[in-house]
Amino acid sequence: MNDDTVTKKLMFYFPRCECDKPIVYHLVKDHHLIVNIYRAKVTPEEEGYLVLDVTGTEQAIQGAIDFVKTFNVTVNYSGKGVALDEERCSHCGYCIPYCPPGALKISDCATRKVAYNESECIECLACIRICPFGACTSAF
Amino acid sequence: MKTYEQINDRIASGKAVVLTADEIMDYVDKKGLEAAAKEVDIVTTATFGPMCSSGCFLNFGHSKPRIRMSEAWIADVLVYTGLAAVDVYLGCTELRHGDPANMYPPGEFRYGGGHVIEDLVAGKTLQLFALSYGTDCYPLREIRTYFTIDDLNQAIMVNPRNCYQNYNVAINRSDRTIYTYMGRLDPHQKNGNYCSAGQLSPLLNDPYYETIGVGTRVWLAGAHGHVYAEGTQHAGGVGRTPDGVPTGGSGTLALTGDMKQMRKEFVRGVSFSGYGVSLALGIGIPIPILNEEVLRRTCVRDRDILAPVVDYGSDYPQNTGNVICHVNYEQLRTGQIQVHDETVEVGSLSSYYKALEVANLLADEIRRGEFLLAAPITPLRRDTKMKPLVKREPPR
Repeated sequence: MNDDTVTKKLMFYFPRCECDKPIVYHLVKDHHLIVNIYRAKVTPEEEGYLVLDVTGTEQAIQGAIDFVKTFNVTVNYSGKGVALDEERCSHCGYCIPYCPPGALKISDCATRKVAYNESECIECLACIRICPFGACTSAF
Repeated sequence: MKTYEQINDRIASGKAVVLTADEIMDYVDKKGLEAAAKEVDIVTTATFGPMCSSGCFLNFGHSKPRIRMSEAWIADVLVYTGLAAVDVYLGCTELRHGDPANMYPPGEFRYGGGHVIEDLVAGKTLQLFALSYGTDCYPLREIRTYFTIDDLNQAIMVNPRNCYQNYNVAINRSDRTIYTYMGRLDPHQKNGNYCSAGQLSPLLNDPYYETIGVGTRVWLAGAHGHVYAEGTQHAGGVGRTPDGVPTGGSGTLALTGDMKQMRKEFVRGVSFSGYGVSLALGIGIPIPILNEEVLRRTCVRDRDILAPVVDYGSDYPQNTGNVICHVNYEQLRTGQIQVHDETVEVGSLSSYYKALEVANLLADEIRRGEFLLAAPITPLRRDTKMKPLVKREPPR
């Protein structure tokens, strides 16, 4: 792998499902990206969601995004498949042991404020079932 | 030595020296106990956590024609109507009508009494549906209407039990995942949960109830409420460390306050998967520094507070009274504890962050002269133990 490769977490939203097209195949084969899919879903309304890490050069990733956009896709660059609602979060820290990658953690030992690092989230959705305050939500 | 009157005079003149229970230890270490006791007037303590023994009394006023509600629901959550005509009691653990509870375990328990209380304080419009058998003086048999907290004559919160002085650390040594009021506990003590603000918690800063008693004014979710009785399950006569810190659940407080004065961010409905619904509340209690001993006890640190580790897979439900071991809050705050040489990851159900926010808000109100202290009129008992419920044969 070259030194100029980067890894980006992306979320693709397909307003109309394109399940018949092997999009990820083209990301690997034509754009030379290493792909790690966290979560994919087709809703009963035939919308599609895909959250994944892509690793490659900035140029290759941009090329891949341009390709994906030809399917009328919305690209969320911050990869927010799972979001933490700051207003609903009480910062109790109950979620922390249930978060396998440690995306939720105490950010400040003095105040014990809970921080969510979405780039570390593997989209297992454990926090959504666990949070008593309903502070964690999924985009799909 | 200071008196309540002297401290209240200093508050009223805007000269009171107030520190939080989070700040006082370092301050005393720096200044020395004697000098700090002369200088500091009040230490603010606080807690924010779920407390199932919470609810409220509401008065709706009278409709035309009048109704004596005999069954009623707010937002489809059943309220108790065995009171006067349009008085009701809403309990925070009551589920919304039709909630499948644990029929398909673990249930989600999305909405209940705690959420209704949160919505009321947030000023939301809610539905009231009430039925009646009808009387000559209260002829209306049914009413469906919509209201906000502003439409109510009174909305008085009551917490028959709150501010538990120390509490269990729950783990699960059974072979299956269990869902409890202490959260989800994975088998073979894979994780654990605790629930106390530790060194910020009110009764851990006044372990012998020298300043907190019936009549003490408290900051209840932003309202100026008070302690109206000892809390249910109050058991002051428990084992303590040499410094007086109970080594298990012990003292509790019964609190009340006007919900119309409360702030929505400190009144939060909660849902525990597989268990049920509850209410989390922010509470602040000022401790007047009457003398050096009172100050010394507010210097309790997380490392001085020992919590019992209890197996919720067997010992808790079977009420055996067994304690596996004790751990201190400094260890709990690291996120890991050792139980019989095994590392157990732990999380907190009580929010230290929110408790700190409450302690600071209360300290600011006192500094501005907006919150005066009330001396207790009756002390909390220090000699009581918890009684069990005994299953007896019918009397002959």
